[in-house]
Amino acid sequence: MSYQTLNHKETLVALVENKPGVLNRVASLFRRRNFNVDSLTVGRTHKPHVSRMTIVVDANRADAHKIATNLYKLVNVIDVRLISQEPHVSRDLALIKVRTDDPDSYNTVTEVCERYPARIVDMGPKVSIVEITAREEIVESVINELRPVGIVELVRTGIVAMGRGIRIQDTEYEPTVPVPSGVNGNGTAI
Amino acid sequence: MLLTGSEIIMECLLREGVDVIFGYPGGAILPTYDAMTKYPQIHHVLVRHEQGASHMADGYARASGKVGVAIATSGPGATNLVTGIATAMMDSSPIVCITGQVARAAIGSDAFQETDVTGVTLPVTKHNYLVSDISELAYVIREAFHIARTGRPGPVLVDVPKDVQKETIEFVYPESPIILPGYSPPRVGTDNQVDHARELINNAKRPIILAGQGILKSGAMHELRELAERAHIPVTLTLLGKGGLPENHPLSLGMMGMHGQAASNHAIQEADLLIALGMRFDDRVTGNLKTYAVNANKIHIDIDPSELNKNVKVDVAIAGDLRAVLEQILPGVEDSSHADWLNHIRNWQEDADERDILRTRDAGGLIAAQVINDLWQYTDGDAITVTDVGQHQMLEAQYYPHKRPATMLTSGGLGTMGFGFPAAIGAKFAMPEEEVWAIVGDGGFQMTLCELATAAQENININIAIINNGFLGMVRQWQEIFYEERYHATPMFSPDFCKLSEAYGVQARRVTSRDEIEDAVKFAREIDGPTLIEFVVEKQDMVYPMVPAGADLDKMIRRPKPGEVK
Repeated sequence: MSYQTLNHKETLVALVENKPGVLNRVASLFRRRNFNVDSLTVGRTHKPHVSRMTIVVDANRADAHKIATNLYKLVNVIDVRLISQEPHVSRDLALIKVRTDDPDSYNTVTEVCERYPARIVDMGPKVSIVEITAREEIVESVINELRPVGIVELVRTGIVAMGRGIRIQDTEYEPTVPVPSGVNGNGTAI
Repeated sequence: MLLTGSEIIMECLLREGVDVIFGYPGGAILPTYDAMTKYPQIHHVLVRHEQGASHMADGYARASGKVGVAIATSGPGATNLVTGIATAMMDSSPIVCITGQVARAAIGSDAFQETDVTGVTLPVTKHNYLVSDISELAYVIREAFHIARTGRPGPVLVDVPKDVQKETIEFVYPESPIILPGYSPPRVGTDNQVDHARELINNAKRPIILAGQGILKSGAMHELRELAERAHIPVTLTLLGKGGLPENHPLSLGMMGMHGQAASNHAIQEADLLIALGMRFDDRVTGNLKTYAVNANKIHIDIDPSELNKNVKVDVAIAGDLRAVLEQILPGVEDSSHADWLNHIRNWQEDADERDILRTRDAGGLIAAQVINDLWQYTDGDAITVTDVGQHQMLEAQYYPHKRPATMLTSGGLGTMGFGFPAAIGAKFAMPEEEVWAIVGDGGFQMTLCELATAAQENININIAIINNGFLGMVRQWQEIFYEERYHATPMFSPDFCKLSEAYGVQARRVTSRDEIEDAVKFAREIDGPTLIEFVVEKQDMVYPMVPAGADLDKMIRRPKPGEVK
């Protein structure tokens, strides 16, 4: 049984207009409909007027299709795909600050980094930072292996995902309404 | 043409065909109030509380099908609109609210009368805007009307900072098509869906149509009737669907649900096919979902895809405009007869007739159901009635059968007390040739009775019927049934409504016995201006049948038959 079916998580990808308040609208929708968000990431795309969200939801509480239709009801949401139900690539990124103030700890950390696609991005006499970018379950494994060493700080981005092959999620949309300066183009307004 | 933001707002309203707006001025919206002086084509109605403005805009929209407009200042002006906006949201009523906001530079500084209005209204609007630049303004207003009126209609709020209202720009009205990349209401069903639906309809032995407000919103009255008559299917209506099929039609079963006709609820539970058209299986309609119509196939057609399979899992779910989808389905629907099924339903109806309060009680004093039924009779069953929320609302639904769409306006989803009276004022502005009655309780009326001044100032020709039982009647009914008759906070003191009304300059009458009803209704109809009639009715009456919240739909508490012990 795969990780996803065990935990009944589903991943949605939403293309949204890059306008102020859109993240607020999505967050408000999840609160209002009592949907449970596991992680939500948002960032710019190759088009300045389009942002992209990857949302991992607890599908025990609400049917993922129901979440998708509700998301699509938001006027600023251009497209929604239930990407966990098709072949896709997903990645989570973690920065893990661990204690490396003795040779044993240091050796364990370097050994973990050799077995996983992880690397030390900051090294010091007391602590070091390990970076791992991988599927969520691999990130979990690295965290679990480093735990005995002594994790002192940890940050994760949450999952980003993309359909495999020719499954292209994009929009033809080009804005026609005048875009006021400072809202768009040179920064994300979400 | 160089115009200010305020003038652009007015120009855009004109182009949307707006002839009346309901509002209340204040600091942050003053530039737009000043611009109104240059646009006498648009009549401004000064309300006495902004909640009244949003309810009036809602009443206007429900009666006419056009977009209603409310306008208010920042902060408290805007927050006072919220109840009316939430009411419109729950009942899919198209309104546009325009609010002033503090100047852009002051936003976020806790300036005087500053509230994050787009934040506050985010969960209760279909969409909202904070206009951050005058170049967007005309586009935003055009989009707001488009979003409000299309698809599943709903409220849209546009928040305009004061300095944007005052700024000037070369105005060119955008004529290009509106492009909203994330907004495309569904139109029609797929061939597969339509074939499947038709097959279920043609093979059903005990079908029933559940018709909701979607019938009225999409203008599918004719198609509904055609389907019902051709396939010989009884029709039951939701509260907001009233008028979708004339209630004197032989196939009409009246309302369904918590206080619906018993025959409707029994028929739903025994049906082998539910055809749900433009309704959303609200808990007040279904009762216990686990036991709801368990033996029936189900077809659900609604314009909002998120309503499909939300509360009730269905066999055929079609997202689309109801009228367009019915036009797809109708051509293959066969002529059928379901005489046995209809006879079966008639037994339930006959049983209900025996329990009817109009037959079982000889009205010495006034019985609310009797008042409403008499009002139906003396207004030829043809008035626009706008109700408040509570016992009188359910009695209106039971005892004032409607023949035409959009003639019974009521707050269904949100159940907003205080809605009825201001919404009736809005309805009369929308339909000045129609006879409009606000039917309200003594409780709800006191929530928005300040609008008596608005009615008097406008000399608007509406009639107010207060059904005064001295209690918050529906809450009292729940206390009687579920809280062992502990009537806490439901007995209610009221002012002398007639004197109060006269103090506002609104002529009034009090009715305490049945033989006065006809004359009082005549009096109200003859006066060209607002009138108020207070009907003093029996204090501890009940609305039957009643499906207790969460109970099985056919497990109704019934009014005892004559001679039967309660």
